[in-house]
Amino acid sequence: MHQLIDRRQNGRGKSAVNRERFLRRYKTQVRDAVKRMVGERRLADMEQGGQVSVPKKDIAEPSFGFGSGGDREFVLPGNRKYVTDDRIPRPDGAAGGGGNDGTGGGDGDDAFVFSLSREEFMQIFFDDLELPHLARTELGRTERYKSVRAGYTRSGSPSNLSVIRTLTQSLGRRVALRGSLARDAAVAEAAFKTASAVGHAEQAAAFDDELRRIERRRRGVPFLDDTDLRYRNRVERPEPIARAAMFCLMDVSASMDENKKDLAKRFFTLLYLFLTRKYREVELVFIRHTDDAEEVDEETFFHDPRSGGTVVYSALELADKIRTARYATGWNVYAAQASDGDAFGADPARSARFLREKLLPATRYCTYLELADPSGFSQQSSLWTEYARVAEGHDNFAIRRATSRDQIYPVFRELFRKESQ
Amino acid sequence: MTPISHGADWDFELLERYDTAIAAVAADFGLDTYPNQIEIITSEQMLDAYASSGLPLGYPHWSYGKEFIRNEQAYRRGMQGLAYEIVINSDPCIAYLMEENTMTTQALVIAHASYGHNSFFKGNHLFRQWTAADAILDYLVFARRYVMECEERHGNDAVEEVIDACHALMMHGVDRYRRPAPQTLKAETARLAEREAHRERQFNDLWRTLPERGADPASAPKKAFPAEPQENILYFVEKYSPKLEQWQRELVRIVRKLSQYFYPQAQTKVMNEGWATFWHYTILNKLHEQGQVDDGFMLEFLKSHTNVVAQMPFDSQAYGGINPYALGFAMFSDLRRICERPDAEDRAWFPQIAGSDWQKTLDFAMRNFKDESFIAQYLSPRLMREFRLFAIADYQDENYLIVDSIHDEHGYRRLRKLLSQQHAQEMRVPDVQVARYDRDGDRSLTLRHVRHRGRPLTEAAAAVVSHLQRLWGFPVRLETWENDARVGEPLECAA
Repeated sequence: MHQLIDRRQNGRGKSAVNRERFLRRYKTQVRDAVKRMVGERRLADMEQGGQVSVPKKDIAEPSFGFGSGGDREFVLPGNRKYVTDDRIPRPDGAAGGGGNDGTGGGDGDDAFVFSLSREEFMQIFFDDLELPHLARTELGRTERYKSVRAGYTRSGSPSNLSVIRTLTQSLGRRVALRGSLARDAAVAEAAFKTASAVGHAEQAAAFDDELRRIERRRRGVPFLDDTDLRYRNRVERPEPIARAAMFCLMDVSASMDENKKDLAKRFFTLLYLFLTRKYREVELVFIRHTDDAEEVDEETFFHDPRSGGTVVYSALELADKIRTARYATGWNVYAAQASDGDAFGADPARSARFLREKLLPATRYCTYLELADPSGFSQQSSLWTEYARVAEGHDNFAIRRATSRDQIYPVFRELFRKESQ
Repeated sequence: MTPISHGADWDFELLERYDTAIAAVAADFGLDTYPNQIEIITSEQMLDAYASSGLPLGYPHWSYGKEFIRNEQAYRRGMQGLAYEIVINSDPCIAYLMEENTMTTQALVIAHASYGHNSFFKGNHLFRQWTAADAILDYLVFARRYVMECEERHGNDAVEEVIDACHALMMHGVDRYRRPAPQTLKAETARLAEREAHRERQFNDLWRTLPERGADPASAPKKAFPAEPQENILYFVEKYSPKLEQWQRELVRIVRKLSQYFYPQAQTKVMNEGWATFWHYTILNKLHEQGQVDDGFMLEFLKSHTNVVAQMPFDSQAYGGINPYALGFAMFSDLRRICERPDAEDRAWFPQIAGSDWQKTLDFAMRNFKDESFIAQYLSPRLMREFRLFAIADYQDENYLIVDSIHDEHGYRRLRKLLSQQHAQEMRVPDVQVARYDRDGDRSLTLRHVRHRGRPLTEAAAAVVSHLQRLWGFPVRLETWENDARVGEPLECAA
């Protein structure tokens, strides 16, 4: 009684649960690695897997074993030159000669390196931000497709059979195949008539046979053939192709330390991920400002330290200038601003007014994240006070104070809620 | 006969035909096997199977995840190929074949696993004694479900802690000698009833009138517990741990059972692989003789076979210990030669088997030995010469390694003894046993490591002791003894 079973279709990821256990156990290392990656990566490249390394000694599984030392003998194969009682200098390092009794075992490397898949990376990234599930599914999706009609194919499921197309094919084939036969029949017919008129009975009989043969072939042409079948074809096409421009505005004055910049980066990343799900094309504009604003590339934006005062107005003004110049029509404009709220004098009021009158009407959604000092008093900055007043009257403007990563998400709550409806 | 097929492609019909042909030849040779179940899997599934030590299912644990990642990376980087097959000691005997294999490889694997290993599992005394082939799959299903239920009820971390600790002691969780089978309830009740009846028959009220001897129970010397040292540490923990809850005991038991299941495999690596390799070689050659496979098939087969049984010399880059396939195959082939064409040396060394019926002799060897005794019994001088075996002595007090013996007239017996010892369980797993459980005192547990010839434990011992402490719940200490004297300070781990 022997059995052959094909198991190839069975699930593959049988070890997935074990892998997940492994990641859970080394969560701290994995999180550190993710943090490092977030710091190093550009916004647009954020979404990929990465390498995590764990020191080998951390993942070792201990058991009682023989250490080196003491007296022992071991047998080796492949003797070429030794005779009994030869003396051999001890080889350097571990496991003299390497008996197979398990004293060796280190592979040399002292770190266990493994790679994180894109999904795992995103999962940890989202975990950190304490993203709600609805938002996760929205962001976790790689591509949104729509099924559209695309002509006809020769194969498909019976439910997609196009009757009219199939019959058209069938008719064409029948006409084509019988046409030549009809010509041959006409020739044979004529020859038969001539032959029988002249009185060559033998020839006439031959042509008669020919005629019958042609008639048989003509009848043999099938009404429907496999080659006639036509099916309606459908292809998956990515969702509406739209474009978005995302403005990242950040205060880079001296009071913005590395920690705050890390928060800001996650804030921008979240918005970017959201936009890439909705739009095929997302352009990024980075504007940093101290007491005057400039457009910079991403590297400079996040990593180049500047010093100076703070004039928020300058950044808003520059953003609006760029918007009218490059993204005036056909673009969905989003803006995200991160600052520690240090603004003085007339600047907050001026900025708020500019925002309300110029920027908000022209953008789909604006967010402002105030990066408060975790240690400081929760006093509200004057910028916050002004912005709060604007936010009350506008649906597409959200503001939020954050001191740690898990506080970032709520600034997008409204945005996610609206868009996922 | 005409060959069954040509070329590398296989399909299920062909597999079936090869299987039938191989089964017929195997039956001619008198191989007794469990029914076969051959399953085709992909390379990815093979990696999955690797991670769970080849078992078709296991309980979830991070260490299997680690194993999986390690294998997967080695495989992707091309540092390691995958095995052609995995075979499971169960009834029916399950063999996994990879879909990437060619027809030749599939046939090779069927002969190797489904007839070679299979008959070994069914015949060898260690497997017969220690593994219940018909129950293992059900037990695995139970174990997996049980562990997952525990995780749900007590949390992943609590379960992981117990399993981690058990894994550390896995090698010390096997019985090497059989325990008396537990009594069934019926037998136990019958025994108690009989004892009661006996007491009633012997009853004499007069005994009650005897004056009591001045025995004060408190002054009686306390008996040490356990009376004999216990080598199965996990069993002891499971039965006597003062702290473990019922579900934790069950987890200990699950790991212990699995360890016991693998115990015969570790002890018969050379024999098991040698036997399977010998039979795939013999069976496929027979098929070729009968004309059922063509020359192309044989060339491909011989190439794989040669790779499998290659033995690298010790000074080669690729040396990875003595290849059990090579040694085992050589020994079984040599045994057949001794039976069929003995020379003077064989007659001197193996007077009983030289010239005897080879099938009977091999069958006897397969059934009644393990690696250690198999080598001690059957390794011939000719093979020692062929493998150019030599023994190195590594003594602590010497500045040099000394060549202890080589493959010459004076060395054969010594060499054979050393190689046999090298395959003994004691050489792989240090002798650590439960010595004392202070039941009436602080409930501490004392382990005794009996050191031989000054070979110490690795530093990981401290970590193992602390794992054990976590299971035990009270202080655990590890003493080292050699020649009935204590060596060094005990390793202690308090709660």
